[in-house]
Amino acid sequence: MLKDFTTALRPALVLTLLFAALLGIAYPAALTGIGQVAFPHQANGSLIEENGQVRGSELLGQNFASPGYFHGRLSAAGANGNDPTASAGSNLGPASQTLSDRVAKDIAATRTTPGNSVPADLVTTSASGLDPEISPEAAFYQVDRVAKARGLSVEKVRAIVNGHVEQPLLGFLGEPRVNVLALNRDLDKRVASGAKAAE
Amino acid sequence: MTVQGWMLILVFTLILVALAKPVGLWLFAIYEGRRTPLHTVLGPVERGFYKLAGVDPNAEQSWRRYALHMLAFQLVTLLFTYLVLRFQDVLPMNPRGLAGLSPDGAMNVAISFTTNTNWQWYAGEGALSNLSQMLGLTIHNFLSAATGIAIAFALFRGFARKQASGIGNFWADMTRVTLYVLLPICVVYAIYLIASGVPQTFGTIVDATTLEGAKQSIVLGPVASQEAIKMLGTNGGGFFNANSAHPFENPSALTNFIQMLSIFVLGVGLTYTFGKAVGNTRQGWAILAAMLTLFLIGAGVTYWQEAAGNPVLHHLGLPGGNMEGKETRFGIAASALFATVTTAASCGAVNAMHDSFTAIGGLVPLFNMQLGEVVVGGVGAGIYGFLLFAILAVFVAGLMVGRTPEYVGKKIESREVKFAVLAIAVLPLMILGGTALASVLPAGLAGPLNKGPHGFSEILYAFTSAAANNGSAFAGITSGTPFYNGLLGVAMWVGRFFIIVPVLAIAGSLAAKKVHPESAGSFPTTGLLWIGLLVGIILVLGGLTFLPSLALGPIADHLAMIHGQLF
Repeated sequence: MLKDFTTALRPALVLTLLFAALLGIAYPAALTGIGQVAFPHQANGSLIEENGQVRGSELLGQNFASPGYFHGRLSAAGANGNDPTASAGSNLGPASQTLSDRVAKDIAATRTTPGNSVPADLVTTSASGLDPEISPEAAFYQVDRVAKARGLSVEKVRAIVNGHVEQPLLGFLGEPRVNVLALNRDLDKRVASGAKAAE
Repeated sequence: MTVQGWMLILVFTLILVALAKPVGLWLFAIYEGRRTPLHTVLGPVERGFYKLAGVDPNAEQSWRRYALHMLAFQLVTLLFTYLVLRFQDVLPMNPRGLAGLSPDGAMNVAISFTTNTNWQWYAGEGALSNLSQMLGLTIHNFLSAATGIAIAFALFRGFARKQASGIGNFWADMTRVTLYVLLPICVVYAIYLIASGVPQTFGTIVDATTLEGAKQSIVLGPVASQEAIKMLGTNGGGFFNANSAHPFENPSALTNFIQMLSIFVLGVGLTYTFGKAVGNTRQGWAILAAMLTLFLIGAGVTYWQEAAGNPVLHHLGLPGGNMEGKETRFGIAASALFATVTTAASCGAVNAMHDSFTAIGGLVPLFNMQLGEVVVGGVGAGIYGFLLFAILAVFVAGLMVGRTPEYVGKKIESREVKFAVLAIAVLPLMILGGTALASVLPAGLAGPLNKGPHGFSEILYAFTSAAANNGSAFAGITSGTPFYNGLLGVAMWVGRFFIIVPVLAIAGSLAAKKVHPESAGSFPTTGLLWIGLLVGIILVLGGLTFLPSLALGPIADHLAMIHGQLF
């Protein structure tokens, strides 16, 4: 039995080193090479750059607090939310007092008119804390506030949101959704050009 | 619940069934050591590896030698990863200057990845250098998966061979599975993931200025190469803390669908391979049918409960399904399905936070693991675990009709049944024993985030996940302490190898037996009666063993939830 074990030591040691070189170095290095050449944008985090400055990633949510921006999901990532160095969910269970209190507080803060129903995704934390998207209902729910803050017509803001609604693939893969960062950037661009046209 | 949601579950299942045969045939070619088109490129690599390692791939090994060589390999790779993690601060590719892991922390991670568990007490983006992720963890994602399939192959040979003394060669099985199955699929898969938005770079961090002018530090790394094998090898250890919920690991509904398929695809294929190996593919289809029955029950219940939502939040004026801890792009159906898939297999990747599921929605993943992850299961581990239940099922059937039980032509006698029971008893011992200890010791009680029965569920889930080698978590629990690192480390090791060694013993014992051709007196192991018996045995064993613990955790939690009793 001991002999069986000792005869195994050479293959165990040698194959550990060989596989470490193949799977731990060569494989990720080769894919990094392929990724950097074939899909440099995606391989480097789908970054959004403006005038040489990185403004975020297409795939990651950001904090939005001002009334003129659409707000995303609540985030438990990091102390201030949407922190990519600390992705996380709230991990609060269904009968948690903390969860109940938090949701009650956020409903009160988010509700536009007394008694109307707040879209669930606006007052629940995402799984990653970096969810870039909200449901179309959650976006439309915020149109009045954004329009007012920006001095735009509700119809115009609604039309901009409509242009950002993405539908499920083949009708059943995924959910209807709106990328909040893309929507807000679009809003910034349009308002700037709209303001110029008005001059 | 929506039509689209059910369609997702249905289409997913149909695609899996369609993949069973082609994938199973490919695996069968590797099982037999046949030459494939890939040998033109990878054959020289395989032969070179054997030459340097001094391995004769054609040397048949007895079950004892197979087991000892397998264990020696596990110990050496374990030590390798321990050292990489422990000393990542002095190793290259650590521009952020991350510290080496503590001894108990590094040992826990090394065991976790060696055993295909991928339990993670740490947050990947905050604790590990790119080198640790690649060299420490990615290699285990391949090798632990290959080991699982090798063990399954050895057991298949036990059933298939006649009066043989050997059950194959561990080095050859493990090397071939890695080179001809895992690696080629992962290369293609990882390229698809990169194209879909999963980062693949040696860079680490980019600072962005958000629209509102705040600083956002975006963590990058070689994610796609790890993501591919993390799913295909049912490992589940994420590059990031949020795992497959993180947009960089799983950017879209389509990547999510492919990720779910890739968790199951090899496990499903192996059922067909088993049928081929024993010369009757209907045996394989019967196993798959029993597995999918259990799977669809689980998926249905989870989806139903998550779509029904949380009455506590309904009461606050928030109607609809449970979106706490879920991503918008996946929604409720794809989150419920993913949770069922990842715990039916021993994957443990998550695309939603199981801790925030409704009580019964969270019970299903827990119960899936407690059944031994035999519903498709981990690569290799699922089918060998399932065959243990098949041995018990024919034994029970034999008792009922008073005949010596047979399964696929082999007499099942006391030795096989003893080893099967030994292997099946490992899970309850580790899960219930560990949970009991942690529920009374101060160091254990310091772990849970949630209070009340849900806090108990977090502890129960941790030991279940560790012993069943799953790796998912009710992630509120703080487990990066010497107490949990140690105890969960033991649970993972015992949960893996105290099952594998009896499985190999059964393989050796079966291989030595004669083959009895099926006769009118044999209990048929392909029809509906057999499928029903299998499902029944699995549910009854799991139910009897774990129902009391589930009553204290998720069931109490459910009653609290529907009556508005908060903790």
